[in-house]
Amino acid sequence: MAPDTKHLEVTLDTHVESVNLAEEMCLRVAEAAGFNEDECYRIGMSVREGVINAFHYGNQEKPEKKIHLAIELTDEKIIIHVMDEGKGFQLSDVPDPLAEENLLSTSGRGIFLMRAFMDEFNVVPGRTGGAEIIMSKKIPSPGDSSSNGSTRNANSGASPQQEA
Amino acid sequence: MAALFLTSRDDGPITLVDLSGRIALGEGSALLRKTIRDLVESGRTKIVLNLGDVNYIDSSGIGELVSGFTAVRNRGGELKLLNLTKKVHDLLQITKLFTVFDVYSDEHTAVRSFK
Repeated sequence: MAPDTKHLEVTLDTHVESVNLAEEMCLRVAEAAGFNEDECYRIGMSVREGVINAFHYGNQEKPEKKIHLAIELTDEKIIIHVMDEGKGFQLSDVPDPLAEENLLSTSGRGIFLMRAFMDEFNVVPGRTGGAEIIMSKKIPSPGDSSSNGSTRNANSGASPQQEA
Repeated sequence: MAALFLTSRDDGPITLVDLSGRIALGEGSALLRKTIRDLVESGRTKIVLNLGDVNYIDSSGIGELVSGFTAVRNRGGELKLLNLTKKVHDLLQITKLFTVFDVYSDEHTAVRSFK
């Protein structure tokens, strides 16, 4: 971690309210970092989806398990880690929610939304044995018009990048 | 975080449900699920969800919309959407659900669209 990196880490209960709490925390950090309203919405939604994933799929809503949320803020980007205590999963095993046969599925859009709304997204094995979602978004510099609310194509095949 | 508020009104055989707030994991999604289920069970299967004051939907909320759409259709009815905010519009667009739902920006047209 670079010396000027700000780091915030919390352990959350496997509870619905943790989803709102995580979203609110990340929104405050994102606002303070200078992201505009649209970008804050996308970051907040992504954190929400990451914690929902940990709550529901990773920890299977078991209250004895925890969700670990870490936020890193560098000069360049905000990096968010969401770790669960489940069995982990491979991104390649996640069904494409845009496939015709999945359009009427009532679940399975969280990963897609995180990929669409963040600049970088990856899932790696976490130190707790479960999955660790790592996602980041570049902090807009003054006059930067490339980061003002665009949505990436989550199926564009852009290379996910793992953070150190 | 704002909760979800719902009020229903009937226009002949059609039920319009006005929603405001967030359709998200927890009470919002649960309330929408119960509302649609109650309508379907009471035989009201021509439903318009007015989302004009819904400023936030997460994947759980999207799932409830799809679930409601399917439940109503399975009973021979139709569930349509009215007055999408930009955020909700964009969300339905990137998830390709715009191709699934009938979406209207005018209540009169939405009501008249039922067979």
